[in-house]
Amino acid sequence: MPIIGHYHIKDMKLKLKKGLKLNIAGGLMPGTQAIETGVGLCAVIPDDFPGFMPKVCVHDGDMVAAGTPLLFDKKNSQVKLVSPISGRIRSIVRGERRKIMRIEIETAETDMDSPVLPTPTDRTSANNLLAESGLLAFIRQRPYDIVPTPGDKVRDIFVTALDTAPLAASMSVFSSIFTKTDYTAGVALLRKITDGKVYICHGTDWQTGAIDGAEMVEVDGPHPAGNAGVQAANIAPVNKGETIWTLDLPTLGRIGRIAAGKAPEFRTIAAVVGPEVSKPALIETIIGAEIAPLIAGRLDSTTHRRRIISGNVLTGDAVGADGFIRYPYRQITVIAEGDDKDEFMGWASLSPSKMSESPSFPGHFLKRKFRPDARLNGGRRAMIMSGQYDKVMPMDILPEYLLKAIMSNNIEDMERLGIYEVAPEDFAAAEYVDTSKLPLQQIVRDGLDYIRKELE
Amino acid sequence: MARLRNFLDKIKPNFEPGGKLHAFHSVYDGFETFLYTPRTTSAPAGAVHIHDSIDAKRTMIIVVMALMPCFFFGMYNTGYQHWLATGATEFPFWSLMLYGFLTILPRVLVAYVVGLGIEFAFAQWRKEEIQEGFLVTGILVPMICPAEVPLWMLAVAVAFAVVFAKEVFGGTGYNVMNVALVTRAFLFFAYPAQMSGDKVYVAGSTPFGFGTPVPDGFSGATPLGQIATQAGPDITLTGIDGSIIDTWQAFLGLIPGSFGETSTLCILIGAAILLTSGIASWRIILSVIAGGLFMGWIANTFASPLYPASYIPAYDQLLLGGFAFAAVFMATDPVTAARTTTGKYIYGFLIGAIAIVIRTYNNGYPEGAMLAVLLMNCFAPLIDYCVVQANIRRRMKRVTVKP
Repeated sequence: MPIIGHYHIKDMKLKLKKGLKLNIAGGLMPGTQAIETGVGLCAVIPDDFPGFMPKVCVHDGDMVAAGTPLLFDKKNSQVKLVSPISGRIRSIVRGERRKIMRIEIETAETDMDSPVLPTPTDRTSANNLLAESGLLAFIRQRPYDIVPTPGDKVRDIFVTALDTAPLAASMSVFSSIFTKTDYTAGVALLRKITDGKVYICHGTDWQTGAIDGAEMVEVDGPHPAGNAGVQAANIAPVNKGETIWTLDLPTLGRIGRIAAGKAPEFRTIAAVVGPEVSKPALIETIIGAEIAPLIAGRLDSTTHRRRIISGNVLTGDAVGADGFIRYPYRQITVIAEGDDKDEFMGWASLSPSKMSESPSFPGHFLKRKFRPDARLNGGRRAMIMSGQYDKVMPMDILPEYLLKAIMSNNIEDMERLGIYEVAPEDFAAAEYVDTSKLPLQQIVRDGLDYIRKELE
Repeated sequence: MARLRNFLDKIKPNFEPGGKLHAFHSVYDGFETFLYTPRTTSAPAGAVHIHDSIDAKRTMIIVVMALMPCFFFGMYNTGYQHWLATGATEFPFWSLMLYGFLTILPRVLVAYVVGLGIEFAFAQWRKEEIQEGFLVTGILVPMICPAEVPLWMLAVAVAFAVVFAKEVFGGTGYNVMNVALVTRAFLFFAYPAQMSGDKVYVAGSTPFGFGTPVPDGFSGATPLGQIATQAGPDITLTGIDGSIIDTWQAFLGLIPGSFGETSTLCILIGAAILLTSGIASWRIILSVIAGGLFMGWIANTFASPLYPASYIPAYDQLLLGGFAFAAVFMATDPVTAARTTTGKYIYGFLIGAIAIVIRTYNNGYPEGAMLAVLLMNCFAPLIDYCVVQANIRRRMKRVTVKP
């Protein structure tokens, strides 16, 4: 066991077997290089940050720099959402009951400088730096899978450095933006936040080597092996009364930048992928950038209705062609909507193009790429099949029982069955395979919100 | 195809709210979703955007397909036993099949009409989609009854089971006990005379004037029925014509018994379909067999003249009566079985063991598979509860921060 500095760098390996390997058409070719694009319009969307109660602190037409706060949290006013680009506030879009839907910022010449934040020296100033820089909002806490509260006692911090979601690009693409120094500085700051450990869970293709101060864990397995919750559950599960933070590798890099007193970094690299994308690409853009220019010229020319998803097919948001790239700002997937299709007795189909985990479909045995659309492929039913969810959940959780506890609003059972360990995304694979087509992620989200409301 | 789609679209407004046939919208919906994959798409946020192609309809139809070998064999065997009972020496294949078909057809129709009728009514009342669960139940029920069970009894039993074993709990997915077996149990306890004895398991009538009237005085006792009335260690099982039923005969299944459950060979084909398609739990099937072999071995080791069935070797126990059918098609019903992985092993093992216990040590019931499954249906939630508690205890043990 090599000793670097005064931290032990262990050689941990996590091999997960359960999960979902989806073969979807429209993936990146290996070795694809990121293309740079200019960005004219960005949006900050408060809905991307569960637990954050937005209050606007800018006006239409204001000039802002990259890093200028746009919104703050009503509960903890030091937690900010900041502008990712320098420019002018084009509009503050509100929905029903004046809910803030998004703040749109267009690039413009400005002489404003990004705010300079003090270098952190202790836990309080480290928390403040994260909150003020807008980067705390990119972190999630368990329990509840929400934006963390600064100053909370944090047991451990988990950095996810692999993305196992369908068609996701490897996180190693971020090496064109962030260096090992950034990651090391980020870990150093996070170590000020927690007395516990900072884990970096990376894939088998990790090139950057060990990061000082972090516990490196090599994770190997199908999706959802790349989920922070799955990694935490297998390394050091969250117990009642404990809080952990989870973040992804680019967020760690961004933290490292500001921790070292450098300018904030809002570039990201998004994979534009999916069965409807004729030219899959990696695009260097800005977080929250509008999607239209990113997908322009990359879709095939068919006329049927499409679904443009910011994110992957399991956990993303359908945003439409005029939408913006949403948190966590790494992927855009385009699939067919499918609601203009008449499929005669689809349930009886023996077509090899039907994608399924069930061996009753010939496609299950074929090594081919599938082109799934957004249909449920069946009607919603009560839970009938048993053990289906377990096969794709590499956690010591009994998903069916936890879901039933949530559906019956039974807080005691939710706690005992491990609700503090999970996030909606951990149930995405189960939701995909479910014969009964139940909205599992929504159930978990509702359960997390309910228990938080009841206990706070 | 386009014409059918246009027709459905044309009549659709009648079934929508305000339409004159709105009272039947569940029926329309049932047919539409049967004919065409629904166009419903995933929610725009907070949900997966793609779904597996499998759905409840496919799942249920695969079970029905897995039952087909047993069903066709049942048709042949019903004819065969009838021909044997009439003393025939020639067994024309198509005549046997036709006789079996004509015998079972009214039962299948009655089961489906009564059961689906009630399901449709409840779906309409609850404003839900029609659930597919009865597709399987409707074919299972005639298969686990004597071929000539009176139609009105079948109708009463199906109605009772669907209403009181399923709909009162909330419909498909919520029932505690297997609906087909509740139907069977209702018949067994309400009309014992028509469900036991040495005549009922061989079809004697002439459906639609087909077949030959069976002479009085033939004995068509099932092997388990014969065993129950024998004494002493030397058990010889005979068919209607007096031929010996050995292990091979019991495996092939040309023996008197309920319509679809006699042939272990066909049940194995069904099991292969269910297991390769991933619909049934191999854990349950395997552990039912293990439980049956284990208890059969114990009974056989301590065989006693008091309990004639204890003289049957354990492997024969698996081939006779409804054991194999129950293991493959009844115990594996995911709704009423244990749902946890560990629970499935316990649940299956106990079904196997209890089936043999009832069969061997209760002279009143020659067959115990039905009662064993129903009993374990009731205990499955308890088994799961214990498994879930183990998971909870593991989690509690980890806690270092005291609440």
